[in-house]
Amino acid sequence: MKDFAQLIKKLDSTNKTNEKVAALTEYFQNANDADKLWTIAILSHRRPKRPVNTTLLRLWATEISGIPLWLFEESYHIVGDLAETIALIIPSCERSEVTSKSLSQYILEIIELRTFPEEEKKKYLHDNWLALNYFERFVFNKILTGSFRIGVSQKLMTRALSKATGIDEDILAYKLMGDWTPEKTTYKKLILEQNEEDYLSKPYPFYLAYAVEDNFQEDLGPISDWSFEHKWDGIRSQVIIRNDEVFVWSRGEELVTDKYPEFQDFLKVIPNGTVIDGEILPFGEGEIGNFNALQTRIGRKNISKALLKKTPVILNAYDLLEWQGEDIRQKPFSERRKILDKLIQNINSEEIGIYLSETMNFDTWEEAAKERDLSREKRSEGLMLKRKDSPYLVGRKKGDWWKWKIDPFTIDAVLTYAMRGHGRRANLYTDYTFALWDEGELVTFAKAYSGLTDAEFRQVDAWIKRNTLERFGPVRSVTPQHVFEIAFEGIAESSRHKSGIATRFPRILRWRKDKPIEEANTLSDLKALIPK
Amino acid sequence: MKQPLLVFNEKGIYCQKADVYIDAWRPVDKCIVTHGHADHSRWGHKQYITHTHNVPIIKHRLGEISVTGKAWNETFTINGVKFSLHPAGHIMASSQVRVEYKGEVWVFTGDFKTEDDGLAEVYEPVKCHTFITECTFGLPAFKWEPQAEVFKDINEWWATNKSEGRTSILFGYSLGKAQRLLKHLDTSIGKIYTHGAVENMTEVVRENYKLPKTTLITRDTSKEEIKGNIIVAPPSAHGSTWIRRFVPYVTASASGWMTFRGARRRRAIDRGFVLSDHADWEGLLSAIDATGCEKVIATHGYTDIFARYLREELGYDARTEKTQYEEESAEIDKKIENED
Repeated sequence: MKDFAQLIKKLDSTNKTNEKVAALTEYFQNANDADKLWTIAILSHRRPKRPVNTTLLRLWATEISGIPLWLFEESYHIVGDLAETIALIIPSCERSEVTSKSLSQYILEIIELRTFPEEEKKKYLHDNWLALNYFERFVFNKILTGSFRIGVSQKLMTRALSKATGIDEDILAYKLMGDWTPEKTTYKKLILEQNEEDYLSKPYPFYLAYAVEDNFQEDLGPISDWSFEHKWDGIRSQVIIRNDEVFVWSRGEELVTDKYPEFQDFLKVIPNGTVIDGEILPFGEGEIGNFNALQTRIGRKNISKALLKKTPVILNAYDLLEWQGEDIRQKPFSERRKILDKLIQNINSEEIGIYLSETMNFDTWEEAAKERDLSREKRSEGLMLKRKDSPYLVGRKKGDWWKWKIDPFTIDAVLTYAMRGHGRRANLYTDYTFALWDEGELVTFAKAYSGLTDAEFRQVDAWIKRNTLERFGPVRSVTPQHVFEIAFEGIAESSRHKSGIATRFPRILRWRKDKPIEEANTLSDLKALIPK
Repeated sequence: MKQPLLVFNEKGIYCQKADVYIDAWRPVDKCIVTHGHADHSRWGHKQYITHTHNVPIIKHRLGEISVTGKAWNETFTINGVKFSLHPAGHIMASSQVRVEYKGEVWVFTGDFKTEDDGLAEVYEPVKCHTFITECTFGLPAFKWEPQAEVFKDINEWWATNKSEGRTSILFGYSLGKAQRLLKHLDTSIGKIYTHGAVENMTEVVRENYKLPKTTLITRDTSKEEIKGNIIVAPPSAHGSTWIRRFVPYVTASASGWMTFRGARRRRAIDRGFVLSDHADWEGLLSAIDATGCEKVIATHGYTDIFARYLREELGYDARTEKTQYEEESAEIDKKIENED
């Protein structure tokens, strides 16, 4: 635990990526395998379930520190973080010289703690709070209460792990994907060994495109090098068919097979050893529907027959990553598509629910632009540009794939504050403040209060009331948890705004329930939108 | 009803009987000043009374003023009201003000801390009936580690930076915090360089206090010469162009606000050391206890919360008064600048 706390402290006390990578690398070189595995798990948001609810945590922390609950709450409002507040008020200032238990030992105890009766839970927490020094106690509380937000992305962690193990970063990214938990695997098995069975459900890391830059047409070389597609507005997914099973993964590394039972039909026509990258789209009455229709499918735990009928979905296939059991990501895009096209063309799309995302070639950029202008009509977000000879890369990489979206400007932002609305929205929290990431912090950039349906507003309102952090008169700050796509018409630098940016007519385009807040955009993404 | 011995009016803390203000925030005729920080020793009073060692400090800040210096515990009577100054331990020559009239005693702490920092005269509890206390850090979340531990960390940090070929830049307010830092830096590690604002104030302070040698950074000071050494600079230097010439460097801030992870992270400082010249929660409570007072008036800080705790949990007759010793702002970042 000491080493892990030290690591978190180091990660927490620098803004420099290189130093973070160095600290993590050093840790991965020295920690024992169980600790390494849990560290990877925690930094990829696989923390153990909360063994004690926060009401009890507060109560027990105040008991041990001898302060009244109201004073704890006041302190918490000022500190702004529960784990930190508890760590601060526990009465021990001396440094613990010996903390013999390792990180993994602590975590196993925390997992076991869930089954304990309340009195024993309390005793366990009291004993451990007092045995740890301030920062260790903070880290311990973080494991108990939530995930670490310390500006370490999975990519950064993977880079460090790669340095420590000598295993290629992309291969590690692949190994770390999917449905593993530290309880069911080991460091050796997950990271070091090649194990066929484990790969059965494993998706490939998604290749993500950057938006085109100014005057990109000049930089991309001959237009004949490029294949064009519409950028469909649904849920980016990977469908895996292996060993007579279908697995559906969303981009958020979530296994969502159960939510799309219609895709089980793929088994009838698609051979084992096939992995398709595509977009799940709502598809009522033979045409692509509005993204909002998909929300009902995303949010629901149980997919009823009625819902399947009301909101049918299809897979619009973009790419082929595995064919006949072979990873073909290194083959040129055009070749991968040739196989994919042939595969899908032989399928009755209407019956099976899998379509091809049509590829297009253009002779001039003007023609391409004309097609892009049709995007709204076709319910796409613009065009995708894919270099015909490009491999399928890992993560967001520049160069081979570009997205050429249509206006308006849009950005994915995190809901941070809410205010009650007026008129018919009085008493409902409908006026929102949104923030973007900036060096690991959320910085307010815009307010918006239109764009959601009444039903969605009610849903957000109920959530806000349960997740209020602080009240400032009519305004509440809320736990950063929800991402919304914000659209706006104009953008300019502004000294009056905290973010340094003013946006014109920002409004909510949609609620991105599929996105974790880590995937919200950054302030520099926003700044990059400013016309030069 | 009897007029209280000290009242809070629009100009400052006022003793009507003696017609004297303490730490007034608007120009007045006669003002007792607890210490040299700008929010307590303001410009424009006709006459200043302060501790002898604070005289050169406020003269440096305010220019030619009419000022009388007093020794610790020296009683001076104005219109029948007895006044005396007692060490507050906040910074060098910082005082508490004791006010006595017809057997009733009030004490105003100014800013104070209870720990001996090895430089400021050590805080002295003064018996009183009414205690006017600051409570900048009046929350149980604030608990200072012993200074020796903090300086061990600071010196280790410096030594590590040096071994990595980097210059250490330590931010602290130029009066008080800067000298406290200087005093305890381990000069066996390297040389101490100073920003102009720090150097000027330190020069003034040297008149009465012993401090290690410092070297002012001038236009001619080369980057190579400074490399691996430590620079003490005011917080305002953070992010300035002045600082860029010292690359590669590592920054740290020493302040009570560094208790909060968020405060440090927001300011993009590499390292935060929790080191304050104010009393922490326990320090505030023990100071109040030691005065034997019945009434407490909480000023500047988390006054409402602190006074409520004193009333409800400890049974004091406690209330709050507004002063202008800090802005009423929830913005912690701002407070880092204004702590001292």
